Amino acid sequence: MREVLVERSLPRFAAARAAAALAGAAGGVAVAPLRLAEREQRPLPGPDWHHVTPLLSGICGSDLSTVDGASSRYFEPIVSFPFVLGHEIVGMVDDGPLAGSRVVVEPVLGCLARGIVPPCPACAAGRKGACERIGFGHLAPGLQTGYCADTGGGWSDGLVAHASQLHRVPDELADDAAVMVEPTACAVHAALLGAVQPGERAVVLGSGTLGLTTLAALRHHAHPGALLVVAKHPVQREMAAALGADQVVRPDELERAVRRLTTSLALARGRSTSRLTGGADVVFDCVGSSSSLASSLAVVRPGGRVVLVGMPGTLHVDLAPLWQREIALLGAYAYGAEQTPDGVRSTFDLAFELVAAAGLERLVSARYPLERYQEAVRHAGNAGRRGAVKVVFEIGRATSPAWRGRGPAPASPAPANPAPASPVPANPAPTSPVPANPVAANPTPESLETNA
Amino acid sequence: MSPRPGFVLEVDRSTPPTLFWHGEGWRLERLPVGSRVVYPPEPFPALAEPDAAIRHALEHPVGDSSPLSSLLRPGAKVTIAFDDVSLPLPPMRGPDVRQRVVEAVLDTAAAAGVDDVVLVAALALHRRMTDDELRHALGSRVFDAFAPHGLLLQHDAEDPDGVVHLGCTDQGEDVEINRRAAESDLLVYVNINLVAMDGGHKSVATGLASYKSIRHHHNVRTMQQSRSFMDRHHSELHSSNWRMGRLIAKAGVKIFQIETTLNLDTFPSQFSFLQKREWEWSLRDRATFHATSTALEHTPAAMKRQIFQSIRSPHALTSVHAGEVEAVHDLTLADVHRQQLVHVEGQADVLTMGLPYICPYNVNSIMNPILVACLGLGYFFNLYRGKPLVREGGVCIMSHPTPWAFNPVHHPSYIDFFEQVLAETVDPLEIEAKYEESFATDPWYVHLYRTSNAYHGVHPFYMWYWCAHALQHLGQVIVVGGDRAAVRRLGFKPASSLADALEMAEDVVGRDPSITHLHNPPLFLADVT
Repeated sequence: MREVLVERSLPRFAAARAAAALAGAAGGVAVAPLRLAEREQRPLPGPDWHHVTPLLSGICGSDLSTVDGASSRYFEPIVSFPFVLGHEIVGMVDDGPLAGSRVVVEPVLGCLARGIVPPCPACAAGRKGACERIGFGHLAPGLQTGYCADTGGGWSDGLVAHASQLHRVPDELADDAAVMVEPTACAVHAALLGAVQPGERAVVLGSGTLGLTTLAALRHHAHPGALLVVAKHPVQREMAAALGADQVVRPDELERAVRRLTTSLALARGRSTSRLTGGADVVFDCVGSSSSLASSLAVVRPGGRVVLVGMPGTLHVDLAPLWQREIALLGAYAYGAEQTPDGVRSTFDLAFELVAAAGLERLVSARYPLERYQEAVRHAGNAGRRGAVKVVFEIGRATSPAWRGRGPAPASPAPANPAPASPVPANPAPTSPVPANPVAANPTPESLETNA
Repeated sequence: MSPRPGFVLEVDRSTPPTLFWHGEGWRLERLPVGSRVVYPPEPFPALAEPDAAIRHALEHPVGDSSPLSSLLRPGAKVTIAFDDVSLPLPPMRGPDVRQRVVEAVLDTAAAAGVDDVVLVAALALHRRMTDDELRHALGSRVFDAFAPHGLLLQHDAEDPDGVVHLGCTDQGEDVEINRRAAESDLLVYVNINLVAMDGGHKSVATGLASYKSIRHHHNVRTMQQSRSFMDRHHSELHSSNWRMGRLIAKAGVKIFQIETTLNLDTFPSQFSFLQKREWEWSLRDRATFHATSTALEHTPAAMKRQIFQSIRSPHALTSVHAGEVEAVHDLTLADVHRQQLVHVEGQADVLTMGLPYICPYNVNSIMNPILVACLGLGYFFNLYRGKPLVREGGVCIMSHPTPWAFNPVHHPSYIDFFEQVLAETVDPLEIEAKYEESFATDPWYVHLYRTSNAYHGVHPFYMWYWCAHALQHLGQVIVVGGDRAAVRRLGFKPASSLADALEMAEDVVGRDPSITHLHNPPLFLADVT
């Protein structure tokens, strides 16, 4: 069994960090303590655990941070080495009562997975992302599958997952769509946490996977008066427009665009705008860098909210505006349970619905076999520049054509606010026919890399 | 020797390459054999005694007007309004013609015992002038006598207390002008008529008006119905201004109009080759052309801009008329036509033009892409009487570097217009309907217009509306040597050379198209039959 293993090596992480500083995102992949390893199948940690064979496994921004040695040391006590990266997973269950089921893995390793009884208050309330026991129980520390030595991760031929982590995928939902469920769940959680009120002006900063799925979530779950999205690359701009952004701007246009949108005044000194006096009601920072947070603080109104969706590390940001303008800074991590007009719903259920309704499988741009992991990571690190959004590993056996779907990707934006789906406990069937990813329609055995 | 009139040259094998302006520089382009080049007339001689001519005009007014001295009396409230920094182009060497006229008017007022005199720069929705620009236009004597005492004002179209609504025309057009001017016993307007569009009722009805009033004639419909706005009798822009002007007079505002014309002597002697016909270039002209071209190639853009913006034109006064607005303007227009008209027979499939570094709205500033479009498709395209130089469905090829660059102080709303509006659509009607009001009333733009040196928030819209007739008429617009992204944002096609542009044009107008090149400087008016 193969897996992309990350080992603990401070010198190699330091080298990766230096390489990334020189070569840009994913520049550290060649020197990071990362290798394709062979091993026996993992033992199951306990009852209700299953072997899962990934079909597709996505490459997330947090994975890239790990590869580049850029992850915060804050995570040290809540990860355990060596671990196998990959937490955006659609796979097949190999054993137990769920054998043969196609599932999406909800990677957070909460109290249930850890065998902790009674569960912590957060897990008891379904808010697994806020679990207070992520370093405890019968598992090695690890906030998620993909960072825990005992579970393995998605960048492999096999991992283990607790039954509470598994969400059955409706037959109609293609693998490309299913692999988008986990990042979409993060976006749904962030969008709901931002509590955008009807008519409020919202900004989504960043148009990678998180930014685009957050945009889709806001369109689906909120009624913003205006939704402005910052996108750097042409493919991101096209996707943002297709997913329902009212306005798509380049990063250097952000301040002026928000000023226009909100008819704010500005404190100018020889420039047209510099330091807005007003701003957007809510800003979703889907990048998580020093400059993106500074930009978020620069364009949010006094008393507004900044929701940090992208994973940050140690940032250098002037917080004077946060203080002087009484801005609320909210972190949005993972998922769990959400308060909706229909009552409390699982974030993953909401994400399944959104992926289907918004056609988010269109974000999957390229597939790689596991043995080309370095190329895949480099592609993901430069996704926007190379015309891609989500880069995934294609690992397990081919799924049936019905699951893959066929036909062109949808061109129309996500419905603004479709009728809320009925509270179905199992993952509901998608509300629209699953559009196919052109990649899936014609995979090439030699090179699976394609831009959608 | 009297100045030679303009004429149309047909390019043959012996014709030397033709000069094209190209922003802060120029290019020599070889036009295909059979192309036509329209050359402007040579400059008229200057009036030998300009100050005497001005004083004579003030005391011998035309139309239903008394001499200026008899209109002035002790205790009278007098306002002298004058054209702003957008005229003339380039800014003229001192003394500026406004200085000469204003000094003469002030002398007459002083002799009549008038104490209450205020000067007002007729900005309309243009940017406020700097002190240096005001000093240059009016001279130090006038500036120092009025500015320190708060008697040298700049029209503020957004000052609710500073404008007064005089009524509506029979077409429902609001007429709202500067309160000080409207409530004066006499409003003297000092005009520079550089092109046929300038002057007449447009001076007060636009120059001293509010947005509420100006929007009635600065709109897409008006511009599309003006054929062209350089021909007053076929210009809906002017018809609207004339209706407003007559209402202003009817409302009791007494206007003493002074209009001046300048000759076409546009550039100083070191750039004399610019105004010569290429086959008449002397050895010195050729050397100057090559030396300056080479130097400019190696000069940073900002420095080039600075060099060109420092050019002062040797423009000289050729006529001055004073008195009742319409009578004055008829004489002025005749003088402009006498100097500038060039007869051209027939339209071409392709019109080519080189665009210079300056237009009315980037004096001491940056020629941003919107202004490039406006200069080419707004001004140069409309420099015709009769019919356009290019046929309907034809192609206009403009040469300009079209940098994606803006002056953030002068043109803040232009940046947003370019980034936000043109990114979505280039259709003037759609732009007008969807965006004009929000830009015009944006409090930040209003603030900058009133307190800084920014054009009004709506101004970039007017620049785009200025292009509306050309955009409706043309089949394609190609920009040679421009920033490709900026050119595309304008909705035009970029080309790296004139040859490429002509090839691209053939896709629209067919093979072996007829070509007319509008040769400038200086400006002229094509009388196309």
